[in-house]
Amino acid sequence: MRYAARRLVHSLVLLAAVSVLSFLFADLAPGDFFTEMRLDPLVPAGTAEALRVRHGLDRPLPVRYVAWLGSMARGEFGYSLAYNGAVGPLLRQRIPGTLLLTATATLLAWLIAIPLGIWNAANRDTWKDSILKVALSILLSIPDLLLAVILLVLAVETGWLPAGGMHAPGADSWSTADRIRDTMRHMVIPVAVLVIGMLPTLVRHVRSAVANAMESPFALAARAHGIPRSRLLFRHILPAALNPLVSLFGFSLGTLLSASLLVEVLVGWPGLGPLFLEAIMARDFALVLGVVMSSAALLITGNLIADLLLYRADPRIRTS
Amino acid sequence: MKLPLTLVWLAVLHTLVLLAGWVAPYDYAEQHRDYPFVPPTRIHFSDAAGRFHLRPFVYGLTANSTTADYREDRGRPYPVEFFVGGRLFGVAPPGVLFLWGSDGYGRDVLSRVLYGGRISLLTGLVAAFLSLSLGLFWGTLAGFHGGSVDRLLMRGAELFLALPWLYLLLGVRAFLPLYISPTQAFFLLVAIIGTVGWVRPARIVRGVALSARERGFVLAARGFGASSWYLMRRHILPLTWSVVLTQATILIPQYIVAEVTLSFLGLGVGEPVPSWGNMLVEARQYHSLISHTWLLAPGLAIVPLLLGYLTLADTLLERPKRMAAKLHL
Repeated sequence: MRYAARRLVHSLVLLAAVSVLSFLFADLAPGDFFTEMRLDPLVPAGTAEALRVRHGLDRPLPVRYVAWLGSMARGEFGYSLAYNGAVGPLLRQRIPGTLLLTATATLLAWLIAIPLGIWNAANRDTWKDSILKVALSILLSIPDLLLAVILLVLAVETGWLPAGGMHAPGADSWSTADRIRDTMRHMVIPVAVLVIGMLPTLVRHVRSAVANAMESPFALAARAHGIPRSRLLFRHILPAALNPLVSLFGFSLGTLLSASLLVEVLVGWPGLGPLFLEAIMARDFALVLGVVMSSAALLITGNLIADLLLYRADPRIRTS
Repeated sequence: MKLPLTLVWLAVLHTLVLLAGWVAPYDYAEQHRDYPFVPPTRIHFSDAAGRFHLRPFVYGLTANSTTADYREDRGRPYPVEFFVGGRLFGVAPPGVLFLWGSDGYGRDVLSRVLYGGRISLLTGLVAAFLSLSLGLFWGTLAGFHGGSVDRLLMRGAELFLALPWLYLLLGVRAFLPLYISPTQAFFLLVAIIGTVGWVRPARIVRGVALSARERGFVLAARGFGASSWYLMRRHILPLTWSVVLTQATILIPQYIVAEVTLSFLGLGVGEPVPSWGNMLVEARQYHSLISHTWLLAPGLAIVPLLLGYLTLADTLLERPKRMAAKLHL
């Protein structure tokens, strides 16, 4: 319990530090939302300055930071100039999309990677091992970008799968079951890209973790005692291999969220990715900061969960 | 056995891209407005009468405006000439040679992929160099001094890992000017990618420095009165080379992909200078891509390059293990 509390405090401090740094960095940025307005001959001189004053952009930095913290506490996350509204609701609309995509992809990738990695470890140093290794290297060399474009083209060409978005037009009036089925069909391509992107790294790590456990003296001793294969695998080898895998789960979250950003933009999935890109293009700094903070919160929460899982899984951490 | 092969593979790819000005049949900006979306040109060895020619040739193209495709004009053969006009190969105008097809402006895709590789590869290499230098500096400093310096530096490093990599990259990019010239964009990308990615090499170098500090010869040198600067330079740095090399083979492909991604999203190097990322923007029109599949070429060009680097990284990572096995350690 004390361990959990310590990790929680650590996460919160980290999040606070990220907020200070990103706010500072945003302040150093040359130009803002109103800069382009000044170049427009149709806008009278002084309008940009007046608008800046109205939105409180002329106040000193600490005051603005505190105001921003206050609006975060109210769940508003600042004021989006491009959307003319609070940032919070925009984020709350998009975060579930990103979560749905990444959670499904993670679940699926691990469900495939663990059996494949165990099989690979059991057959290590045979021709099956080499073939899988080559296949995974090739898979790893295909950038997500290319993979997504190719899958989308195939989807358009064959007409089997929808080519983007999250819902079919007019899905609002359908029954719940139909809507769920529709969303699942839309998820196939983005999830496939994410899973294929993660799989090579996961399988490789599962293989090495399981192989290490298999070669350790206790596994040899257990085998010599005549413990059946399945019991040996599930009761002795897998628990020992769990620690590196849970750590890997934490590490892979950042990569996954990054990959998800790109995939969401490519397939037009209503997640944080497209919102982020729009905010950058519009130079809507409040929204950019909002997305940055949400992504940091997602990653830090994920790492916290991984840490706590590790605590459950590995008795060595509990005693030290 | 595997290592020399991988190195040769990578060297060939890099040379091709480096010599783009000579290998590519056209300049990256050269437009053939009469020939938009030409499919990859067929190279012929035997003519209409079935006679074999040692010198390959291509036929002139006639555009068919109703079906929007091209027909080979058997009456106009153009021999492929080598070492002409300061380039490796080409055909005399009005003939055209688009080995990987042409884009919407009638620009040769192969030439643009080769020229574009310059930007993408160079970004990867220079940014990796920057990251490694920063990582080496901070990592050595933290690991060698230990204590509070170490804690401070590594806490700072943690901040960079609190954001998903691409969000961090785009977040930094968001606060910098959007519309800039390709040259400025190139330097900006190198600076962003390089500074954002220094944490991982720094952590690894720190680990090496931390253990090196306690090694016998370092303690001995310190006992003889060697200064910290001397110790770091002569005893710690040489020990980090192997991990730095391995990190380089991991970072370079990652950074190439980062450049491609940013340019693809319109936040990197822009037209008319080609980069693999901004060329792929054309491939985003899925409906046109189906009839012009060759526009995927810049994406496919990344694959052999990444494969080379990943194989190199694997080989380097496995080497110490294999050597240890040989020595029965």
